[in-house]
Amino acid sequence: MSLWLWVLAACAAVYATKLLGYLVPEGWLRHPAVGRVSAMLTIGLLAALVAMNTFSADQTVVIDARLGALAAAAVALLLRAPFIVVVLVGAATAAGIRALG
Amino acid sequence: MGLSIAAAISLYGVSFGALSTAAGMSLWQTVALSALLFSGASQFAFIGILASGGTGAAALGASTLLSGRNTIYAVQMKALLNPQGFKRLAAAQITIDESAAVAMSAEDPVEQRRGFWGAGIACYLFWNLATVLGALLGDVIADPEALGLDGAVVAAFLGLLWPRLKSLDSWALAVLAALVTTLTMPLLAPGLPVLAAAVVAVIWGLTSKGRRT
Repeated sequence: MSLWLWVLAACAAVYATKLLGYLVPEGWLRHPAVGRVSAMLTIGLLAALVAMNTFSADQTVVIDARLGALAAAAVALLLRAPFIVVVLVGAATAAGIRALG
Repeated sequence: MGLSIAAAISLYGVSFGALSTAAGMSLWQTVALSALLFSGASQFAFIGILASGGTGAAALGASTLLSGRNTIYAVQMKALLNPQGFKRLAAAQITIDESAAVAMSAEDPVEQRRGFWGAGIACYLFWNLATVLGALLGDVIADPEALGLDGAVVAAFLGLLWPRLKSLDSWALAVLAALVTTLTMPLLAPGLPVLAAAVVAVIWGLTSKGRRT
């Protein structure tokens, strides 16, 4: 039951973060540091998510099939593959490496 | 464009549904996260932290912090569309990476409006449908990793990051953030390494601005 409370609290908190942006006075947005920091924050957060999802396992760092998926996805992106193809390449590579290993 | 993006994130939604149930969430908790929380990275962070033994508070903190991005999108959408009343409440719910990206890529106001609502609503419907499908399939499939679903998540996050890596500066920050995350993973509680990377990114944003002026 307490898991439900965390789920609903997270739903409310995330909705609040979205709504907050629509309530900010426009004058605040003119400050150049705001745009710069938000762009950097997005890159930092997404890169952190890539790293976490590639290497994490029970609070240790492991190298496994997910690193192969990352490399294959990067190649697909370099070849300008659409998003759905990149995701499929990542899944197929991880599954393929596991099937072989 | 909105539809193709929505179709593209569907597989990602299927992975979320499958991984969420694998992480010990019930079907309805999984559905609630997609229908009410509706922000991919935050949802994955929430279940990821619980799956790796983190507390509910850590999961809540990380998913909320990750949604800080959406606050910035909302600010930008306010500047472009300025929705009022109920429309503002609805717009807030569908303010995510994809809808904001489509709106921002359009030139004229009509296309921006159409892009935001089209992509946002399509993503909402597809994402929730895919989540249910994944959650039900996940119950059947004992091992989502055999299907490479974790590889799909890695690829999807890289796919979201990729278009933002346009300069040497952004590449350097991405590598640094990834390094900070990986190095702090064995040291910090689950979810906190992402926050550590966020702090590094904020400092980077403030200091690199200083370097340029």
